Amino acid sequence: MIVSLKKVAKRYTRGKETVEVLHSLDLGIEQGDFVALMGPSGSGKTTLLNLIGGLDRPSEGEVVVAGEHIDRLSGAALARWRARNVGFVFQFYNLMPMLSAQGNVELPLLLTKLSAAQRRKNAQTALTVVGLADRARHKPSELSGGQQQRVAIARALVADPTLLVCDEPTGDLDRKTADEILGLLQTLNRDYGKTIVMVTHDPKAAEFAKRQLHMDKGTLVPGNMP
Amino acid sequence: MFKQTYAITVMNLRAIPQRLGTSSVIVIGIAGVVAVLVSVLAMAAGFHKTVANSGRADRAIVLRGGSQAEINSSIARDNLLTILDAPGVQKDASGKPVGCGELVTVVNLPKIDDGNLSNVTLRGSCPQLPALRPELKIVEGRMFQPAVRELIVGAGAAKQFAGITLGSHIGFKESDWTVVGIFTTGGDAHDSELIADADTVQSAFRRSLFQSVTALLTSPDAFDGFKDALTTNPTLTVDVKREPEYYAEQSKQLTKLLNFIAYFVGGIMAVGAMFGALNTMYSAVSARAREIATLRAIGFGAGPVVFSVFAESLLLALLGGAIGAALSWAFFNGNVVSTLGDNFSQVVFRLTVTPALILSGIWLALFIGLLGGLFPAIRSARLPIIDALRAQ
Repeated sequence: MIVSLKKVAKRYTRGKETVEVLHSLDLGIEQGDFVALMGPSGSGKTTLLNLIGGLDRPSEGEVVVAGEHIDRLSGAALARWRARNVGFVFQFYNLMPMLSAQGNVELPLLLTKLSAAQRRKNAQTALTVVGLADRARHKPSELSGGQQQRVAIARALVADPTLLVCDEPTGDLDRKTADEILGLLQTLNRDYGKTIVMVTHDPKAAEFAKRQLHMDKGTLVPGNMP
Repeated sequence: MFKQTYAITVMNLRAIPQRLGTSSVIVIGIAGVVAVLVSVLAMAAGFHKTVANSGRADRAIVLRGGSQAEINSSIARDNLLTILDAPGVQKDASGKPVGCGELVTVVNLPKIDDGNLSNVTLRGSCPQLPALRPELKIVEGRMFQPAVRELIVGAGAAKQFAGITLGSHIGFKESDWTVVGIFTTGGDAHDSELIADADTVQSAFRRSLFQSVTALLTSPDAFDGFKDALTTNPTLTVDVKREPEYYAEQSKQLTKLLNFIAYFVGGIMAVGAMFGALNTMYSAVSARAREIATLRAIGFGAGPVVFSVFAESLLLALLGGAIGAALSWAFFNGNVVSTLGDNFSQVVFRLTVTPALILSGIWLALFIGLLGGLFPAIRSARLPIIDALRAQ
């Protein structure tokens, strides 16, 4: 089991009010799985994704990802853990506008001990995997939305993480481009064995995953339980 | 850590062209502060250099006891010989002591730049003047003659005041004086003076007393013996100082005032610039919130993000400081100005932008940059990653 959540609750305090977003949630994801998390807005799917990706901590319960109790790590240790284990793909790509595609893809490698030449080589390989080797020198503003998301996927892949965490990766793209991106994720899962957890509103997008989990009001809907 | 900080800082700096307006606030603000600070300090440094560098260790000035400056001192003619006969005074080839009883009076001359009348020192000296002050060189014309209303004009005064060119006639106290020479003393306080024969000045201005006696000593070591002889003489009530000591005291008050103005005005401007820097860096952090959050999500630590904000702030501040210092140097270094000295007359001096002043300006710039970057850097570290990641 690459992801294991036990009795996880997450509460947020807004002023005097405390809102529980996740209620005593259990979840297990095997290595090599491709899971689509679906559900209406406010159902807690992004919160769950953030917990799995180590961007947030649970209020209660245990989160074990890639063999590490990440709920027990300090902020700095969690950052190092994310660098080693998680690749993120965001809805709005979140590329650095001043860097080329190559520069963006190389970013996670700055956290490794690789030489500059090795970083360059690995970034080129990642760009080749996503089909953008010929756009390496282009800035994000010179690329289409789909191409930018491919660069973001290459950035997520380049350090060979255990897990790809995708938050609405096609939410800002048209249908055709979205399908291309989802096809790419599917390829990464099938051919490269990458474990992927993806949050999406889009049922068609979810069809690209091996498994669909539905959330509502902070819990996994019965029938889709792991 | 260094690699991360360097990478983020380079990214930040490369993004500056997209935030040119806000980034220029910090640069222009700090450039202004440093330019003002360095310029006023250059004024203080120039004045201090001119006045405090006047005189030689082997020359002594004798004033009435308790006098602060020549203008409020008086030495009777009878005491002149007693003073010059004291041990330690250099004698010339004919055995005469090398020293002069001098008087100073203030005359009004129009400034070249605005025509306004300003006070200028007219010094009455003696025929021993060339031996007494060998640094005084006639650069045009000749030395004044005794018993004739002739005067020589300091090169500094000649540049600042009108109507004192070689051959000019000047009217003081219903007497007509001719400029027969232009001299230089290498830019010290005497460069701002007019000098004539003491007896002739006394006669024209109806004075009978000298205001100081300046004597050349056989060596700097002769000073203590000279001073003791005069201060223990019951017929004299005098203060005896080495010339450099006297001129250093003369410059102290004004130098202090200029330093105060520089740091007071500079300080107020620095506070303004610091808020400008704060604003710039807050907006920089705000504009890059999503980028910072993305870097943090990828695994970059909070430390490198904080240092990168500091580094950007410091680099912009350094640029501002360098521009300010360069402007100050370009526009003011070497400029000749004048101000009222302790003899209530104008002292002409050059603004001097020294490397030390430039360094002071740069340090101040960095200090402003550091303070201006502090709170934005802390904010960048505390940025809520999850919220910022989803911001459009």
